[in-house]
Amino acid sequence: MNGQPAAGGWRAALSVRWGHRFLAVLKKEFRQIGRDPLSLGLLIGVPSLLLLLYGYALTFDVKHIAVAVLDEDRTPASRAFLEALLENPYFDRTCALEDRRKGDALLLQGRVRSVIVVPRGFSTGLSRGERVVVQALVDGADATSAATVEGYLHALAERVTRVAQERTFAATGLAPLLPVVLVEPRIWFNPDLESGKFLVPGLIAMLLMLSCVIATSLSIVREKERQTLEQMMVSPLRPIEFVLGKTAPYVLIGLVTMVVILSVGYVFFDVAIRGSFLLLGVATLLFLVAALGMGVMISSSTHSQQIAFQVAVIATILPSFLLSGFIFPIRNMPVVIQAVTYLVPPRYFVSAIRGVILKDATFAMIWPNLAALLALGVFFNLVALRKTRKTL
Amino acid sequence: MEDGRQREPMVVVNRLVKRFGSFTAVDDLSFTVGKGEVFGFLGPNGAGKSTTIRMLCGLLRSTSGTATVAGHDINGDPERVRSQIGYMSQRFSLYRDLTVLENIAFFGGVYGLSGERLKAREEAVMAMAGLSGFGGELTGRLSGAVQQRLALGCALLHEPPVLFLDEPTSGVDPTSRRRFWDTIQDLAEQGVTVLVTTHFMDEAEFCERVGLINAGRLVALDTPASLRREAVDEDLFEVAVADLRAGHGRMAGIPGVQAVSYFGQSLHVFCRRGAHTAESLARAGRDRGAAVAGARAVPVTLEDAFIRLVQRPGAAVDPARQPPRQHGGGAGA
Repeated sequence: MNGQPAAGGWRAALSVRWGHRFLAVLKKEFRQIGRDPLSLGLLIGVPSLLLLLYGYALTFDVKHIAVAVLDEDRTPASRAFLEALLENPYFDRTCALEDRRKGDALLLQGRVRSVIVVPRGFSTGLSRGERVVVQALVDGADATSAATVEGYLHALAERVTRVAQERTFAATGLAPLLPVVLVEPRIWFNPDLESGKFLVPGLIAMLLMLSCVIATSLSIVREKERQTLEQMMVSPLRPIEFVLGKTAPYVLIGLVTMVVILSVGYVFFDVAIRGSFLLLGVATLLFLVAALGMGVMISSSTHSQQIAFQVAVIATILPSFLLSGFIFPIRNMPVVIQAVTYLVPPRYFVSAIRGVILKDATFAMIWPNLAALLALGVFFNLVALRKTRKTL
Repeated sequence: MEDGRQREPMVVVNRLVKRFGSFTAVDDLSFTVGKGEVFGFLGPNGAGKSTTIRMLCGLLRSTSGTATVAGHDINGDPERVRSQIGYMSQRFSLYRDLTVLENIAFFGGVYGLSGERLKAREEAVMAMAGLSGFGGELTGRLSGAVQQRLALGCALLHEPPVLFLDEPTSGVDPTSRRRFWDTIQDLAEQGVTVLVTTHFMDEAEFCERVGLINAGRLVALDTPASLRREAVDEDLFEVAVADLRAGHGRMAGIPGVQAVSYFGQSLHVFCRRGAHTAESLARAGRDRGAAVAGARAVPVTLEDAFIRLVQRPGAAVDPARQPPRQHGGGAGA
């Protein structure tokens, strides 16, 4: 048997072996991942599939709202009014009605979102300079569509009013000196206000978080379940070597997933990266480190893959959906909830990648987010390491 | 083999206690294992054997007491202990989705082996496990016995001076068990200290010394021969009866019978020395209505010794009060 080295040689031997042990774990992990191509494929492919699914399903753009119209006036003026309303992509004329009762039924059945009634006397009233009332019945059950219908009708009514007023002034020979305030909005970064552009970066954060946390938490708990962890615990392997070796492959897989998912975003949702790839890469890397730290934390506190999976899903989906600013602006949340969001890595990642992808943000603009991700990553990993002790 | 008293103590356990809540799994355990000794821990499931080994490997922290392995304190310097030990448990713990060579390379890496040393150890392990030529085989596809030898090989990659084996032969066929024990004895001859737990009484015969453990306490500690001799100072007969339960009661009432225990499909009857012959015992049994098919004098096994020891009042014995033994590292305190 080999004798025991002297105390001084011990420390030296330990540091030389440090790299060895880490590399041994790393190599082993890659081999195991490689032996299970189905899981690897799922890990990389599922986020892209979910992006497609959510990307198409999750949209706040209200277009093609089904409306029924009832033209009781039947004059050129009423037809022009309805045409103006329906010529844009927001409304689809689903049917033209003969009487009001039919409209109520359609609303009730949900076959249309709105019924617009142009009353008899619309045209004559306008030409006489009287107040005319166009009725819009709106289904308020879908608040977003309802608000769009309402807003659009208001704008249209204003336009029609102004045209009529101008015509009246012209007819009486007076110059139209009515004071008018006009807002001319210029929408930057997402000129068409497509919610897809806004949502895709958030979805990417959520899906990346989900797949990374689940993958790492399962990969360590699996070793507990199969008793292989016990063999690690009686070896000189240190927790940090084990954890680094186990998670490093998933950093790489996470980066590959990011590339795939961004490509899907570009091809299907037209979300092009305006900013620096390097900055995006750095943000992703920092985010992955934080997410993987969470995964290790979960796996060191659970004892079966099933439990780890459930905890990972709960700990990632809800916070990254609700508390990341992905859908609901953080500033509108109660203060307590706002405080919680500071611990949610996607919060910083969503705003960093939105910045880089949509606005060509520079390092100077997003560094607070990167710093926060780094801090969270260090924190999670330290907690994870502390929990990965070498006793049962 | 050199005499035990001159051997360097490699595992020294002193009043070790492990409690889980109110349950005391290991109760005031003390013993010493000398270099090159094969020390067996024998006892029923749940007696505290595995818990003791797990404490010695640094997997569990002891509630109180001390222990050193290869001179290092298990609580004070667990990392050094870990570099000096090999550990193999009843639960196969290699990676089934890696090949034989990949497993060896991994464990070699974990123990800091590389280059020529790794190559040499790899060959030694492959030969020991009888796996030469099967290095590319997935470990999960190997038979239980081969997996077990490979696991032993991986635990020995770094040539640890102390080897802990926790129920290493459970689930392995008798031939392979025999072969496994040959390997263990070879290792001991090379100076490896082996601490092995088992609940197979026959396996304990391969150990140089055996510690009988029951309900967390050391019941006896000696060589298998001394244990048999000292635990059982009666004549022992194996009695075949038709109805074991009824027969047990009837045999126990015969004058001169000290104890009766179940032994497989027959009874073991302990009689005061010289009180009975096989014939007189069978006759006495039949007289009392036991359907005795036959009786014969049999040599005492460790199982008999164990049963008699745990039946004694105040069964748990202080190893310090053990009768003097011929050899062995000397028991604890």
